[in-house]
Amino acid sequence: MPEFIDILNAIVLFSNFVLVPAASYGAQLALGALGITLVYGILRFSNFAHGDTMAFGTMTVILVTWGFQSMGISFGPLPTALLALPFGIVGAIALTLVFDKTVYKFYRTKNSAPVIFVIVSTGVMFMTNAIVRLIIGPSDQRFRDGTKFIFRPREFKEFTGLSEGLALKSTQVLTLTVALICVAALFYFLQKTRTGKAMRAFSDNKDLALLSGINPDRVVLITWILVAALATTAGTLYGLDKSFKPFTYFMLLLPMFAAAIVGGIGSPIGAVVGGFVIAFSEVIVTYAYKKFFIYLLPESLEPSGLMQFLSTDYKFAVSFIILVVVLLIRPTGIFKGQSI
Amino acid sequence: MKALLNQKNRAPLAFAVMALLLVAVGMGQSWPFALAILNLCLISAVMSLGVNIQWGYAGLLNLGVMGFTALGGLAAVLVSEAPVLEAWSVGGQGMAVSFLLVVITIVLSILVYRNMAANWQRRLTLATLYIGAYFVINHFYRPAVYAIESVNPASTGFLGGMGMPIIFSWVLGGIMAAGVAWVVGKITLGLRSDYLAIATLGISEITIAVLKNEDWLARGVKNVAGLDRPVPFELDLQATPWFIDMVQSLFSGRLAALIDTERTDALNQLVIQSSSVFVKLCYTGLFTVVLVVILLLSMKALNSPWGRMMRAIRDNEEAANAMGKNVVRQHLQVFVLGSAVVGIAGAMLVTLDGQFTPSSYQPLRFTFLVWLMVIVGGSGNNLGAVFGGFFIWFMWIEAEPLSIAFMDLVTAGMDQASGLREHLLKSAPHLRLFIMGLTLLLTMRFMPKGIIPEETRLHTV
Repeated sequence: MPEFIDILNAIVLFSNFVLVPAASYGAQLALGALGITLVYGILRFSNFAHGDTMAFGTMTVILVTWGFQSMGISFGPLPTALLALPFGIVGAIALTLVFDKTVYKFYRTKNSAPVIFVIVSTGVMFMTNAIVRLIIGPSDQRFRDGTKFIFRPREFKEFTGLSEGLALKSTQVLTLTVALICVAALFYFLQKTRTGKAMRAFSDNKDLALLSGINPDRVVLITWILVAALATTAGTLYGLDKSFKPFTYFMLLLPMFAAAIVGGIGSPIGAVVGGFVIAFSEVIVTYAYKKFFIYLLPESLEPSGLMQFLSTDYKFAVSFIILVVVLLIRPTGIFKGQSI
Repeated sequence: MKALLNQKNRAPLAFAVMALLLVAVGMGQSWPFALAILNLCLISAVMSLGVNIQWGYAGLLNLGVMGFTALGGLAAVLVSEAPVLEAWSVGGQGMAVSFLLVVITIVLSILVYRNMAANWQRRLTLATLYIGAYFVINHFYRPAVYAIESVNPASTGFLGGMGMPIIFSWVLGGIMAAGVAWVVGKITLGLRSDYLAIATLGISEITIAVLKNEDWLARGVKNVAGLDRPVPFELDLQATPWFIDMVQSLFSGRLAALIDTERTDALNQLVIQSSSVFVKLCYTGLFTVVLVVILLLSMKALNSPWGRMMRAIRDNEEAANAMGKNVVRQHLQVFVLGSAVVGIAGAMLVTLDGQFTPSSYQPLRFTFLVWLMVIVGGSGNNLGAVFGGFFIWFMWIEAEPLSIAFMDLVTAGMDQASGLREHLLKSAPHLRLFIMGLTLLLTMRFMPKGIIPEETRLHTV
């Protein structure tokens, strides 16, 4: 039997490298997947431009953050980017509304097939991507400031006397807090307010909603506003936690779609759950468990290899495999979204 | 103007314009450059034909073109490289056992799937099978990979290929792409149409990830360079008597005007220039043959009863289903066929490049650009797809100097030292992404049938 202290060490190790990072990544994916699911539920297409909308919103946040920093404005221990977030949201709203007016509206009035929407959304993706690269360039940007850690591994070790350290980055706590607030506000909005109910009615049965006198233009407008706000928030939190690079945001499309589909596309609660499912699977499967087992197993059984199921290079494969398994077993997703 | 609107005249006119553009590049920039564009135009046209088979014939949205292209590229390495015997001797056995175990796992899982009722016991059995297989296979696979990758890692470190002429890879590339397409199609066809788009996007990213990281297969990001060529090398040509004679007779007029001492230098120069043009022309010939064969087959297929059925399914799935057509099976068939054509183009591309670089596969360049070719050219029309391949590739190449020129113009009035000016000039290449996106949106809006639209087939009673 391993000693009690070893079990504690193993738990701390696991939390430090798996639970905490996966939770914050999951919250970011959940916010992103919410945007995809809203577009799907109300506008009825898979929005391939979502990753680049995120990138555009985040870019605006970064530019405003730099402006604030040069003016000497800061947000105390919190990152300045939080102050810039509303500006980024406004930027992303402007972008989505311009594209809705110039692109999507035409096909909506024509009642085009969903496939046509997917194709034009890739066109929008191209253009947004180009705008982002034109303005901020294709390379990595860091814009985090404020306190980096709530507590550092060393402080944790000294405090508890364990040999394993646990780091808690302020961005991780921030991500979870902001995500929680956003999700709570969104659910309150969708469940309790008149507009939210109108949106749900529209998503459930468009014709019936139109007959009841719901204004479709207003529903579409509010959807894009929500989507842009969620995308920018998700993108900013991801960028604060890791870093901002336009191509990475494009690549987030796959895990976000996987999250939305796994949860049940069109279902907001499904998107949140799906986000965490994808994030935890990705991190759990690509973590090397060698040290973890050294703590738990007697010396004779100690593992020789890294004990890693899948190299981190394949983390996209994880979301894909989950996606495929869900498509095979339960195409409607965990929380019966719209299907087939 | 009326002649322009006439559908019949569209295709010859479009291709005439294209030829003029290429000739203009040849005269204005240089002939080798024009030929280089032409060769890639031909490959793009093959890719575009493949996507057209899926989208134009059947309305399938494949966003994984990049993955199938890369598989074709992999085939080029696997066919043409010499086998690394040492790697085979240290790791071949482990690899063979792993491969056998994968096959056994698949067979077992199919047996379980067929013979057990669809309930949780079946899922549990399958899950146990897969997890067990994972550990058993890893036991053989990891040591084999390690052994193979440590064989002379600076120059080999992989299993090598079959050591055959690279031209055979064009066949193998098609077969490999078809195989992967079959698996993907089997899973996602029959579900809602955008699931295919998402699944293919995913599989293409994974294909690239595998190619980048599995060094034992094709050296990963260390790349395989110096691949075999189906055409002679420039340096060999320059030393071949018949080639020198040919250049001499071709340019005899120009050479005769020079004095003796200058003549040998001039001849040498001409031989060097001509050898590069000659090699490019050889490629052009090979690619043209492939393009013409695939184009003829595609046109034949589209006009056959099979093509009629495909169009019927595309235009109204339910009606076709009611008429007794198995929509899912036909979709799978057309998806596999289209992917195979893309795979062939992928192998041709690596053959032309002479090297396989997994990190060069970018979704914007290899998936979305090909889509643009099909849509702008005219989806559902094979000639349209070919024209789209030519035209969009040409635009893609020429958009870069144009963007730079445009940025020069915009920034002309600015202060030389201004940071904004420098930034704008540096980001000029991204402007072409913008142009491509805009082209896609404008085409979808104002010319959804493309430049050479699908023929409307009216049956007059």
